[in-house]
Amino acid sequence: MKDISCKLLVIGAGPGGYVCAIRAGQLGIDTVIVDAGKPGGTCLNVGCIPSKALIHAAEEYDRIVHLTSGQSPLGIRTAKPEIDLSETIEWKDGIVRRLNGGVAALLKRAKVKMVAGWARFRDGKTVEVETETGRQIIHADTIVIATGSAPVALPNLPLGDRVISSTEALALTSVPQRLAVIGGGYIGLELGTAFAKLGATVTIVEAQDRILPLYDAELTRPVGKRLHALGVEVLTGAKAKGLARAGDALLVEAGNGREVSLAVDRVLVTVGRKPVTQGWGIEELVLDMDGPFIRIGERCETSMRGIYAVGDVTGEPMLAHRAMAQGEMVAEIVAGHKRVWDKRIIPAVCFTDPEIVTVGLTPDEAPRGGEVRVGLFPYSANGRAMTRLGEDGFVRVVARADNHLVLGIQAVGQGVSELAAAFGLALEMGARLEDIAGTIHAHPTQGEAFQEAALKGLGRELHH
Amino acid sequence: MGEHLIKMPDVGEGIAEAELVEWHVKVGDLVREDMVLAAVMTDKATVEIPSPVDGEVAWLGAEVGDVVAIGSPLIRLKVEGEGAAPLGGHEEARAAEEQAQPDAIVTNAVGAKKAPGAGADQPAKSVARRAPDDVRRSPGPQLHGARVMRAEGERPIASPAVRLRAREAGIDLRQVSGTGPAGRITHEDLDAFITHGRQVSQAPRLAQKTSVEQIKVVGLRRKIAEKMAISNSRIPHITYVEEVDVTALEDLRAALNTSKQADRPKLTVLPFVMQAMVKAIAEYPHLNAIYDDDAGVIHQHGGVHIGIATQTNAGLMVPVVQHAEGRDLWGCATELSRLAEAAKAGTATREELSGSTITITSLGAMGGIVTTPVINYPEVAIIGVNKIMVRPVWDGATFTPRKMMNLSSSFDHRVIDGWDAAVFVQRIKTLLEAPAMIFLEA
Repeated sequence: MKDISCKLLVIGAGPGGYVCAIRAGQLGIDTVIVDAGKPGGTCLNVGCIPSKALIHAAEEYDRIVHLTSGQSPLGIRTAKPEIDLSETIEWKDGIVRRLNGGVAALLKRAKVKMVAGWARFRDGKTVEVETETGRQIIHADTIVIATGSAPVALPNLPLGDRVISSTEALALTSVPQRLAVIGGGYIGLELGTAFAKLGATVTIVEAQDRILPLYDAELTRPVGKRLHALGVEVLTGAKAKGLARAGDALLVEAGNGREVSLAVDRVLVTVGRKPVTQGWGIEELVLDMDGPFIRIGERCETSMRGIYAVGDVTGEPMLAHRAMAQGEMVAEIVAGHKRVWDKRIIPAVCFTDPEIVTVGLTPDEAPRGGEVRVGLFPYSANGRAMTRLGEDGFVRVVARADNHLVLGIQAVGQGVSELAAAFGLALEMGARLEDIAGTIHAHPTQGEAFQEAALKGLGRELHH
Repeated sequence: MGEHLIKMPDVGEGIAEAELVEWHVKVGDLVREDMVLAAVMTDKATVEIPSPVDGEVAWLGAEVGDVVAIGSPLIRLKVEGEGAAPLGGHEEARAAEEQAQPDAIVTNAVGAKKAPGAGADQPAKSVARRAPDDVRRSPGPQLHGARVMRAEGERPIASPAVRLRAREAGIDLRQVSGTGPAGRITHEDLDAFITHGRQVSQAPRLAQKTSVEQIKVVGLRRKIAEKMAISNSRIPHITYVEEVDVTALEDLRAALNTSKQADRPKLTVLPFVMQAMVKAIAEYPHLNAIYDDDAGVIHQHGGVHIGIATQTNAGLMVPVVQHAEGRDLWGCATELSRLAEAAKAGTATREELSGSTITITSLGAMGGIVTTPVINYPEVAIIGVNKIMVRPVWDGATFTPRKMMNLSSSFDHRVIDGWDAAVFVQRIKTLLEAPAMIFLEA
């Protein structure tokens, strides 16, 4: 097979890699992208997108279940719903396929050459790819490592029939009766909640003393409440020891040292993700590492000239939008533009029920010695939230006390994920409380709580 | 009817006061909102102060030409309704900002009608920016961004678009000061930085001291001042500097000091200089004179009365060694040390402090390389003695270390020609370089 020579080679077609390649192509750079899987990476194929599809289906199903429970005040009567999860998964796969095709089309339009196969470095300028039709050598001036991350497995719970990762969970064709979720982080809670809504008996096993330990307790409280209402059992301070010999029960060391045996059909392991730094020839390079991650500078440059790294392989937060922004930046740097990572914030969203959005600093994280003002507005006082039965939650704004510069915004509530746009813009633009308070927010929307929280931070709330 | 107070607006960063250059209104005038009331001038620009409200001028707080501190009351207007006369403290500051600052219209030297002396290359920049509307409406604490300086290590606040432009232009935003709310860097701040470079930036610097202490010039200091002023204004000075090899003189001085009688003072260079001057004056007597310039008469003295410029705690004094021509080396030295002590102790008499016909000025080890002595009016010459230092001197074959001393001497060019001055100094040089001649060549 004839060698390929190009200006830019991107390894990994996830959000970081494909955005980098598209942007580079748009800028006229001769670009090649390599991935063994379908374009879109974890996010599009087995992460963000399919999980949101499943979560949506579960919400719809749960809504109807709620109507049949006789507890809904809406006056709607209906019969008990049924779900064929295999159809749901087919629908989800259809969305994924459409997006795969979309990314491929964008790459093609940007004149990026796609090579399907597993890439492996030979040296800092050369990569060999095992393709279906043989070995392909690619020489490149610049290489971007965008190999992403993979779920962490537990040694005492090897993946198998019963023990699955998020990838398999998103492909189940029937709802497991009894599901144990190891790890009460956002992935475990998102999927655990969805399966609970679809009828599974779900138990969350979390090693720390509360769910979503990376978020403050005030923010996670509505999520815990909802899990309780859905009948999800949450075991905190608990460790999964392994499967019972018969294979039909999960042994858990509960917080008090007592061992519990949970009868399970499936065990979903969501204890985190790790960067993919093996299997692509990292040993042929001399890269400085930052713990398990590849160390990068403010231009996403690695310790080797001509080699950049973007996305989950470079560290936390392992989020698709961070990878995309890095990928875009690296493409422009390769094109000779002056760029540097100067983002103030990377928003984070949990698609739990209710949803959580965090942007910037929480009151506890505010800079040392700096006084802050915190404005919190509850959804129980927001008209739109009432009319959609979503009164639980709030918007919280953290600002510097001296000049009212907004440092962080957090929200928990139904549908608040969409507010990430407004929150992010406010922080990136350097808004003060007065800027948010002085912006007319449409009524009746949940976004009004944002303005009210800012007003509250200024000590002049109108509706609370 | 209420009252509305307008204060001198903050017309620019670092400006504490501004000169009122024109009133556009007088007491009793009716004014409409946005009508120009006055013009004030800083060293950078002329700024017009518009009226924030409709009203009648009740009081003007300054006259044209007055320099008015920022924040001082400038105009009182009678207005319909309650008015907004601020009453002290926080409220006052807020009102001043609300009323005056956001509306101050800045014109630069090119555009303004009245901008004498303002630099044409200094267009108005970060001065008196229009504050965002929320600042005006908000009853909460008022924070004017232009004054907010970033603390060390704090990241500059700027929108992504501003950051991108700065990046493309190769500008480090940490160097740019932000005039927006909370110190936010606006596109305009970036424009100003690009146009004017670091002038606009708040480059790190040490604290500036702005205090000015007033010290009355009295007593001896006033006398010295008057005398120096007369001397410098009346006498066209000519200063002549020559170097003198004092190696032999220093050897002699050391030897004399070692072998001197116990009751004799320690010899400095000055008695030698005095003796050399006496010898030189014998040949060039017109340098030892008092010039009565009002009468147009030169009083050429037979006696050589040498004033010795002496630093005392009170200031410069000039005690006089009378009749140096009648004293030998030791005599000069004795009188010199007596007078210097008397002057320093403040016990020198009027007679001891007057009557000199020529003067020596010397700061000893502090004598520097060159001085430009001011003549002790109404004398016609002053000999300045600079410090002795070892310098390499080319002797025709090699460099040798020699003790060298400069003489910096000034002469009244009205009555002493440059040639005469040079000849006189050369004679002294010759005598000092071969000190035996001072004593032998009688």
